[in-house]
Amino acid sequence: MARLNVNPTRMELTRLKKRLATASRGHKLLKDKRDELMKQFLDIVRVSEKLRLGVEKALTESYAGFQAAGAVMPPEMLEQTFLYPKQRVGIEMKFRNIMSVDVPMYDVITKTDDKADIYPYGFAATSGELDDAVFQLAGTLEDMLRLAEMEKTVKLLAQEIEKTRRRVNALEYVMIPQLQETIRYITMKLDENERGNLSRLMKVKDMMVEQNIKAQRARDGLA
Amino acid sequence: MLYRAAVIGDSQTVMGFKAVGLTTVAVSEEKEAARQLHKLAETGYAVIYITEQLAALIPQDIGRYNDEPTVAVIPIPSQKGSLGIGLQGLHQAVERAVGADILKKQ
Repeated sequence: MARLNVNPTRMELTRLKKRLATASRGHKLLKDKRDELMKQFLDIVRVSEKLRLGVEKALTESYAGFQAAGAVMPPEMLEQTFLYPKQRVGIEMKFRNIMSVDVPMYDVITKTDDKADIYPYGFAATSGELDDAVFQLAGTLEDMLRLAEMEKTVKLLAQEIEKTRRRVNALEYVMIPQLQETIRYITMKLDENERGNLSRLMKVKDMMVEQNIKAQRARDGLA
Repeated sequence: MLYRAAVIGDSQTVMGFKAVGLTTVAVSEEKEAARQLHKLAETGYAVIYITEQLAALIPQDIGRYNDEPTVAVIPIPSQKGSLGIGLQGLHQAVERAVGADILKKQ
């Protein structure tokens, strides 16, 4: 593992130790965040999968209804009946915060509240199948919006989890080992310097003692 | 601000949604679908349903809105039936988050 390119000084060592402490704390926090995100994500995914299957089934059914209506009515006529829709759907968007991820929540606002008052055509010239199909589709709409909400949430959470996981891994496998390696390197270097200094001092002391002895002997010889 | 919802698809499929109050865009061709998708996304549509048949043709254009919090592009089956793209999208999201598709086995 590569160590950082720094000078092996005591100041650098304190700085790095501080950084290591921050990195370790960040790592722990991010790991907790990832785990919690994952937990929420899996719950939402399961619900959203069920919802999708339900919506797909309901849609297929109402398509069949439209097809049946198309079979008993001429196509131009069918098109004409929907030329000017009575119902309008608006969406009020709010945001919900899941582990610091903003996910949308939709509220449906419809122009006409009466469920029986959405048919944009007179009943005289159209077939009953059409009414059923429209009614069913209107009922599915709520689920469809819920599905949109859930799937968007799933996508946004997936993105956040991916990001968090990358950060956790970067800290765990790159940052923290690098810092530890560098700290060890600096400690070793400082210790080595210390030992070098010590042995140099001992050597100097030995030399001085020897010199003193020689000087003493010379004096004694003369005396 | 009030957002709106739209459906992009072939004219047969889209017809019914008009009756229940969604904006409908009938397209049959790939380039047109992508163009309409971007146009809707820019003009205050929060939810855009697109038939799987069309979604299969323009995955990049749809992918562009993956990380966009205010625009949800949701594939739905068309009158011709479901291709399983919607579920596949869900599985892709799981794979992205977890690193493996853990829904598949069930």
